[in-house]
Formats: sequence, structure tokens, C-alpha cells
Amino acid sequence: MDFPIFHLDFAGNRMLIAGIAVLHVMINHALAVGAIPLVTMMELHGARHHRPDWDRLAYRTLAVCFIITTSVGALTGVGIWFATSLVNPAAIGSLIRVFFGAWFVEWIVFCLEVIAIMAYFLSWKRMGQRHKRAHIALGAALSVLSWLTLAIIVAILSFMMEPGSWLARRSFLSGVFNPLYLPQLAFRTPVAMLAAGLFAVGLAFFLTRSERELRAQAVRLLSAWILAWTPFALAGGLWYRARVPGWMRANVPVALTTQAYQGWYRDVAVALAAMAIAVLLIAAWGALAPRRLPRAVLVLPFALVLVMLGSFERVREFIRKPFVIANYMYANGIRADVVPLLQEDGVLAHATYVSSRTITPANREEAGRELFLICCTRCHTTSGVNSVLAKLTNLYGPRPWDRNVVKGYLRTMHTVRPYMPPFPGTEEEAGAVADYLLALRRMPAELDGAQTAGVRVPADVAAAPGSR
Amino acid sequence: MGPLPAPHDIPLPLPVSPLFLELAIVFLFLIHILFVALMLGGSLLTVAFEIRGRRRPDCDVLAREIAATVTVSKSLAVVLGVGPLLVMNVFYTVFFYSANALTGAAWLAVIPLVTAAFLLTYLHKYTWDRLAGAKGLHIAIGALASALFLVVPFVFLTNINLMLFPDRWTSVHGFLTALVLPNVVPRYLHFVTASVALTGLFLMAYFGRAGFPAEEVFREFDRRALRRRFASVALGATGLQLLFGPLLFFTLPAVGISWALILNILAGVSLAIVAIVLLTREVVAPGARLGVRYLATATALTGTVVFMAYGRHLYRESALAPQRTAIAARTAEFEETVLAAQMRAKAGIRHTKAEAATSPGEQVFRSICSACHARDTRLVGPPLTEIDRIYKGNPAGLIAWVKAPGKKRPDYPQMPAIKLTPAQYQAVAEFVLAVPGTS
Repeated sequence: MDFPIFHLDFAGNRMLIAGIAVLHVMINHALAVGAIPLVTMMELHGARHHRPDWDRLAYRTLAVCFIITTSVGALTGVGIWFATSLVNPAAIGSLIRVFFGAWFVEWIVFCLEVIAIMAYFLSWKRMGQRHKRAHIALGAALSVLSWLTLAIIVAILSFMMEPGSWLARRSFLSGVFNPLYLPQLAFRTPVAMLAAGLFAVGLAFFLTRSERELRAQAVRLLSAWILAWTPFALAGGLWYRARVPGWMRANVPVALTTQAYQGWYRDVAVALAAMAIAVLLIAAWGALAPRRLPRAVLVLPFALVLVMLGSFERVREFIRKPFVIANYMYANGIRADVVPLLQEDGVLAHATYVSSRTITPANREEAGRELFLICCTRCHTTSGVNSVLAKLTNLYGPRPWDRNVVKGYLRTMHTVRPYMPPFPGTEEEAGAVADYLLALRRMPAELDGAQTAGVRVPADVAAAPGSR
Repeated sequence: MGPLPAPHDIPLPLPVSPLFLELAIVFLFLIHILFVALMLGGSLLTVAFEIRGRRRPDCDVLAREIAATVTVSKSLAVVLGVGPLLVMNVFYTVFFYSANALTGAAWLAVIPLVTAAFLLTYLHKYTWDRLAGAKGLHIAIGALASALFLVVPFVFLTNINLMLFPDRWTSVHGFLTALVLPNVVPRYLHFVTASVALTGLFLMAYFGRAGFPAEEVFREFDRRALRRRFASVALGATGLQLLFGPLLFFTLPAVGISWALILNILAGVSLAIVAIVLLTREVVAPGARLGVRYLATATALTGTVVFMAYGRHLYRESALAPQRTAIAARTAEFEETVLAAQMRAKAGIRHTKAEAATSPGEQVFRSICSACHARDTRLVGPPLTEIDRIYKGNPAGLIAWVKAPGKKRPDYPQMPAIKLTPAQYQAVAEFVLAVPGTS
């Protein structure tokens, strides 16, 4: 409402954030938070048993992690900042006001982590065997730093799902120690360890081409690592699931599949569980009979874990709907407490970048377009991903749509689709949106965001005295 | 009121004092930009020396030594950028986010562009030996990374420049129209030249330091020659600023110019002139060791950079002051009306409930069911007349369906489950089955 609206009308804005964030989470969990302690353990194992080949494997595993985390990993982290500030500036702006301290501390830890990983990686050969203990200690310190960045960011992620007592107290600590924080951290930590183990097993196959003995030992040790973390991941997952508020759990079927396929929820859930079991069986096989394990089987678990991690993040993102910050701000960036005012006066009366504050017979469709841009486009496109035309076609079929029926639906949809926010404007404005949607159906047209179309302001303001 | 309707700010209070944020924005940003400069300048010099290295082997070795510093500075540049980004987000919320959105596509492109530049930088560094036989290709990889590093500052500078001038926001349509605003290109030239100057200054110390084993690394170059070489790089680049600096100053829009700003710039320029004199002496008659003269040069240029950075902040604050005031006033006013409307809404609900002569069943029907069902026409689901035919005298059956609907009709979408209280279910079922004229 108060910012120019960036919009991607094909892939959708949620897809933009999801793509960047899921990639970042995968790299962060598997190649940093989980990988650093794992590599340190491999280095320690090599030093204890005087095995230079183990040391080399640990170093090469770290090299892959180093190159990916300090390029794609670091930049997708910044990318989340960029993308969220484009897609939902009101939400990220509010979160930063609450969590500035946490993010600032995280940033300092993050700086230390980058310095430490450069020191750990770049000094590996130079410190050699003579300073091995100091080098391993450096790996341990780096492990703690990596985990700390996770521990801080999870506070914010879980706050977005359930602010808990912050809604009343508005203090920093009440925001950090929200009800979902510790369960989510208890879940993500072992999952990161698991994912790193699976990544390292897959990688070991490429790094130990000619050393069959080393490969078998590596598969055995890494499989044992995976199995050791599994009970913690299960316990954390159950604790987390138990703490998710009931109204959110009701969203899970749609979140995991989509509205159209929510009937398949059980099948998809069973498939995910089957994947988890398959991963465990492979790990058990690796721990017991590493030599018999075929090569392709080792790459598979990591791919499966990426699918599971992606589903987990999608569900986490979706189940907090209709909110972006639970009970405080709706997914479209409009605060819950502002809605009564907007329903009285209209969104156009209070929005900054609209071409007119009033709806006239001449500008109905244009006003509807601007309202759609403000109220709906954070989640919907016109005819791309999560297309509004497809949703309405699903409801009204190929028959001609009745403007008043669409308008009526806009005003009550949140009661039957609990993940939809209420329409924030007046009845007249809902009518204008209906007019726009009907026009869009007659003649589909790309909906441009501010990044190409720019912004407009009402004529009376542009001509106000004192304007430059 | 300004040329724009002032947007509402986010009504939550600033998390820390504005003074902290202002200091943070000036100094944290300086540290970030220092490493960005070393990354950009290092990348450019790597390519330049590698090209010369085709004739002179020592230059190839030198290029490789510089490349080793670039991968470190680039990691620090990114991570040190996050802090100032955070401060920008919180201190310039409305301005920064608005400029981001208006240049959205290019702003977002920074992420893949920098990622690609980083991966190319690693590729360049780690294939030095393997591609020794295909030097042209190896140089091309380095040059491509440099080219990407050169593109990215355009996006940042366009964005940060656009943010300062809210009066321009309505005339911008995409990144390119924002790029051609008067001050962007001069800022860019100023920045790229400064990057080369800083890198030259850094490499003077890096290769001139006492512990650097120049004799083992190079065939001909010794520490003194290296120091002199990079002193001339720093000198040339700093000298160019005598051209780009005034260009930048005279293209600044007048809105933010103040006497304090001019004094800051003059102080910065005087220190830069001191540095130029010292660097000239270093080039003409290099000292025996890295000594007092280097320290004085570095101090003078640090002073220049600090004055310029502070001047930049002064300019930004005075350019944004009028709109900031307008935004604060409008936000406060808006929050009052929000509160008043909430009170009215709460009171209003009771009011309508007392007044409405409708049954509880009809209320539920109106607020929930009517989105999809009408009396005798199909909206989304079937009309009440049809529902009535199916469930006449069987409200329990209707309630069971509403709680867990299935999909019966191929040409209708599936109905979502409706959650109500037991009393509401009963009331709405009775209402639906008793609508006059439905049987």
C-alpha cells in the first residue's frame, strides 16, 4: 500500500522468494551448518589413525563446500534480503524493526564465520600435520559459529509463524523466545547434520574414484553419522509438529500439495515418509555393508533429502496463511488492525500509489487493476503461477461470470478459504476488482509491476502547491 | 506537502537510536566498500597483468598473486555488505524499498550477476596451471568476471541515487530510466577510479611488506620495483579523480547541498592533494623501505575517504529531510484514524447484532455460504432449491456433508469443509432447509 509494487506476473512473487530461499536453506543446512562439524570429524579421524588419505578426503569435501557456500550460498542469503524487500517490503520492514538486534548479532557471527572458514580452508595445507590439533580446534570453533547463525535466524522464522506473547508485549525477547523457536531449532539442527552426511556420502563417490578401500570406510563412517542423528531429527520433528498451532495444521493438506490436489495429501505424505525410510535403509546398508552399495544409490538419498527439505519449507511458508506475520500482518502486506479502516474508507483512499482515489464509471477497471495489484498480487498472478483467472474458472467454469457473484465471493472468500485474507476494501472496491477480473478474462493482459510500469499518483496531489 | 503523497512509514519504533544507525551507515558501509574496491580493483589489475604476462612471465606471476587476494576480498565484501544493508533497511525503509521496487529487475539481477562473477573468479584462480596452454581462454574467464564486477556498481549506484529523489519516482519506468538520472554516471566513474587507487595503495603494502619473499616468487621484480609500480597505479587513479570529482559535484542536484557538505568535500580534496604529492615522490624516488611516507599517504587517503563518506551522508540527510518530516506526520495521523476505525468496528458489530432481525442461521448463511450458493441460481455450488430437494427433513445429513464434503458432480468444483460451532451448524441447516419457496 505504501510502496511501489514489484510484481512478476508469470512465475509469481512467492515463487521468486521460494526459489532463492530453498536453494539457500539446502546449501546452508547441508554444506555449512552440517558439513563443517562433519569435515572436522573426518579430519580428526584422519589425524587419529594417521591416515593422509582421510585427511585429503576431508580437505576435498571442505573445498567443495567452501566454493559453493562462499558464492551461491552467500549470495542466495543476500538474495533473500533483496527478494523479500521487493516482494513484501512492509513485512520485512516490520520484521527488521523487531529483530534488528538479532540480525545485527547474526551478521557479526556471520562475518566471523566467513573469516573462520577462509582461515580453516586456506590454512589446511600450510598448517599441515605439525599444527593439526590447532587446525582441528579451528574447525570446531567454525562449527559453533555456523550453528549460531542458524540458531539466530530460526528465531525469526518461527516468529513469523507464531509471534506468541510479542503481540501483547512488543519486546525483543518476547519475539525471540516465541513458542515455536526451540522446537524448530531442535528439528533443523539434526536435519542439517543428516543432510550434510548424505551430501558427503554422495560426494565421496566422486572424490575416491581409485581408492576403493577408503571409499568403503568413508561410506561406513558417514552412514553411521547419518544413523546417529536420525533419532534426534525424529524427536525434534515430533516436538515441532506438536507445537504448531491447530489452525495452521488445518492448512497442511493444501500447503503440501495444492488446493486442486489436496485430496492427494495422504498419498504425498506417505510418499515423503517412504522417502525418509528409503534414506535410512540406504544409510543402514552403508553402515553395515559399505562395499556392496552401488554407486547410484549413494547419490539418491541426497536428492531425496532435498525434496523433503523443499516440502518442509513450502509447508512452513504456507501454513501461516492468511498471515505473513501471524495475527499481525496479512500475506498481502496489509496489517490486520488497518483492515477496519480500509473497509470503511477504501484502500484507494489511503494507498500512496494509485492514479485516482475515487471509482467512477470511466475508471472502474483501472481502479480494479490497481486494487488487485495492492491486495492480491503478493500471492496471485493474472495467468501465471497461482493464477487468479484459473482459480475463478475453477469456481465458475466456462459459463459467463456474473460480476456481482465475483464481487460477493471476494467479500466472503476468507470465511470458506481460511488461508485467504479478508478483502481489505469497500464493497464498491470489491466491485471494481470484479470488473477488472471480468475484463481480464475477456482480454488477458500482462500485469506490469512498478519495476517496468513505474508508479502513478492522484492528479490532485501531483498538482499540489509547493511541488517541485 | 511535497510532490508526492508521503507514504506511511512502518509504525513500529526504530530498534536503536538514530545516532547509532547513522554512525553504522557511514562506517560499516565504508568497511564494506573498501573490500568491494579491493575486489573490483584487484580483479581489473589481475586481468591487466595477466595480459602483459604473455610477454613478460613475471607479470603473469604477479597477476596470480593479486588473484589470490581477490577471492579473499570478495568474500569479505559480501559478508560485510549485509550489515550496512540491514541498517539501510531500517533507517531508510520507505526510500530504500521504493527505489528497490522501481529498479526491481536490475536490483534482483545483482544476485545472479555477482554469483556468476564469484564462480568465474574461482574458476580463474583454480585453473591457472591447467589452462596454461590456453592462455587466451584463461584471460577471457578473468575478463568476464571483471566485466560482471564492473556492471554491478551501476545497479547499486542507480538505486541509491534514485532513493534520494522522491520527486523523480513518478517519472521512472524501469532501471534504464533511473540510470540516466544526472548523477549516476559521474558517481560510477568516481567509484571505479577510487577502487583502482585503493587497490594500488593496498598492493604497495602487500608486495612491499618486509616478510614478502619477492626473490623466491619473481625472476626480476623486487619489492621496491613492485612498490613503485603500484604507487604509480594509485597515483594515476587518484589523479583522475581531479577530473571525475568536480564532474560528480557539479552534477549533484541542488536539493541536498549545504555549506557543511562543501567544507567536507574541501577537506577531503586537500587530503587527496597531499596524497598525490606523496605518491609522486614515491614514484620519482622510491624510498628504501615501506616507511613513514607510506603511512602518511595511507592516512591522508583514509581521511579523504572518511570526509567523502560523511559528506555523502550529509547530502543524503538534507536531501531527504522534507520528505521524512512529511512521512512522519502522515504516519502519525494515519495511525490515529486506524485506531478510531478499530473502535468503531468493535462498537459497530454489537450495534448490528442488536438491530438485525435476522436469525443466527441466516447470519451464518450470509457471511459464509452466500459466497457460493444462491436461492435459485447456481453460483459456484448448486442453488438452495436443489439442496432442499436432497436434504428435505434431513438436517443431520446436510450438516455431515458441510463438515466433510466430497466431490459428487463432475462439472462443479469440490466444496471446502466449513468449520462452525455445533449450534451454528444446526442453525444454518435449519435456515437453508426452511427458506420459503424452496420446496
